[in-house]
Amino acid sequence: MTPPTVEGPVRARIGGSLKLALPRGALFGETLDALDAIGLDTSEMRGDSRSLIFEVGELTIVTMRPSDVPTYVEAGAADVGITGKDVLMEQSDRIVYEILDLRFGGCRMVLAARTGDGSLDEAERRTGAMRIATKYPRIAERYFDETGRQAEVIEVKGSVELAPLVGLADGIVDLVATGRTLAENGLEVREEIAPSTARLVANRVSHKLRAAEVDDLVERLRKATS
Amino acid sequence: MIHPIPPGTRDILADEMRELRALQGTLVEVFEGHGYGQVATPTLEYDEVLKRGDERGAVGAYRFFDERGDLLALRSDMTIPIARLAASRYAEAEPPLRFSYIGNAYRSVTQGRAQMRQFMHAGVELLGAPAPEGTAEVIGVLSAALDAVGLNRAVVGLGNADVYPQLLAELGVEDEPRRRVLDRLSAHDLVGLEQEVDALEGLSDDGREALLRLPGLRGGAEVLEQAHELGGGAVERATERLRATYDALAERGVAGRLQIDFSLVRDLGYYTGAILEVYDPALGHILGGGGRYDNLLARFGMEMPAAGFSLYLERVHLAQMEEERMAEETGK
Repeated sequence: MTPPTVEGPVRARIGGSLKLALPRGALFGETLDALDAIGLDTSEMRGDSRSLIFEVGELTIVTMRPSDVPTYVEAGAADVGITGKDVLMEQSDRIVYEILDLRFGGCRMVLAARTGDGSLDEAERRTGAMRIATKYPRIAERYFDETGRQAEVIEVKGSVELAPLVGLADGIVDLVATGRTLAENGLEVREEIAPSTARLVANRVSHKLRAAEVDDLVERLRKATS
Repeated sequence: MIHPIPPGTRDILADEMRELRALQGTLVEVFEGHGYGQVATPTLEYDEVLKRGDERGAVGAYRFFDERGDLLALRSDMTIPIARLAASRYAEAEPPLRFSYIGNAYRSVTQGRAQMRQFMHAGVELLGAPAPEGTAEVIGVLSAALDAVGLNRAVVGLGNADVYPQLLAELGVEDEPRRRVLDRLSAHDLVGLEQEVDALEGLSDDGREALLRLPGLRGGAEVLEQAHELGGGAVERATERLRATYDALAERGVAGRLQIDFSLVRDLGYYTGAILEVYDPALGHILGGGGRYDNLLARFGMEMPAAGFSLYLERVHLAQMEEERMAEETGK
């Protein structure tokens, strides 16, 4: 089989059908439900296709990791995108318009530590700083700065629950939906940092030059998700 | 042997240099043709001078001491150095004063973001000409410059930097809540903005409606009507000012590429009144910006209104390349 020929711009441009970046992963199912609710046919994306790009109705849908959505939208490689507030908080220096709270994908950014264990408090009291493992180093650093505490933030990429179990860290800052993963690993929520839901974001230029299409999408999604 | 250069900087080789030089030549011709003589200022300024221009300290990402122990900084835009130049060297001159420039400015970067530390600004400053005529003249030059470099589809967004702060004042929103609302607005976070507005105490329904709807208003002249319907003195004043500028531009025949936009906010501390952004459908990044800064020159001891714009030369070059590609594709 020959690979498909790639045509189109070498740089992101604002033209053609509106490009929507969708997050594969935990938000994907509910995101597709929301698109169904505004009358788009998502069956092809629900299949086991390995494609990354889909033409759906008047939209071109590009799929990616949730944390890549702000990158594509900021550059204009996608006009609009859906991702979690957690991702937007972590990448708060990306210049994108955050235009709608989609209300699904609800979860909380929390500080967690070993259940019934005093090591987090002890670390703060006797060493002056907590060691915190997280996939969200900037949210964690900002949180401890704002609450006037010292923390040594350790960035990890994978299962962050492991860190306090083997002594890499005293606690973790992570996203929690049901709390089951924490409980299964003997961890408990100590502090709530911020709630998070899915958000619709827009490129700065698309928000202006394609205002009517962007606003139309916002209104349809607002009705479907409220 | 490979000898590295710092990340976020680059060498420009002959092919690119030839294109950039042509672009610069075209822009200088437009600027000079409109009476804006080209000036150059040093890349280095006293840190104190840059801070005087923008007290929020957004300026001067690169600071160092010279051999006398004075604190110097690399300029982060061209407007403050030109305000300094005008106040120092043209204090007795009869306004209005017109200057143009093409020069490098510097900013800090984040790794992995394809950002450059050094980028070239090309633009004009009109000192001593108040709104709306002064603003219209500057936008007229900007429009001529965009046409001259082949960006016929480029759009100029025109907003008012004062309208939202004044609306908040009118609604009695002050201090910490006011700071939080403006903070969300300048972060382009309309969801957070709605949360902050809903947290305000004693706000009328009309007030809430105005605060939430205003940042979504952008488009042609019809937007002025929509803003007018939101009511209130602050919105009315801004709408009248925008209409006056719009009419002055319509007279000059350049209203067609204008987008009235109530969501634009100042990203530099010295803007007052009109605020500009430049877009082209060929590129996902803004190509430049500008606006009025009627209080900036007073900080240098020269009381006069002023306006200007700046184009980011490298981005204009990219947009030009993409527009050429698109023209070839459709020509096939």
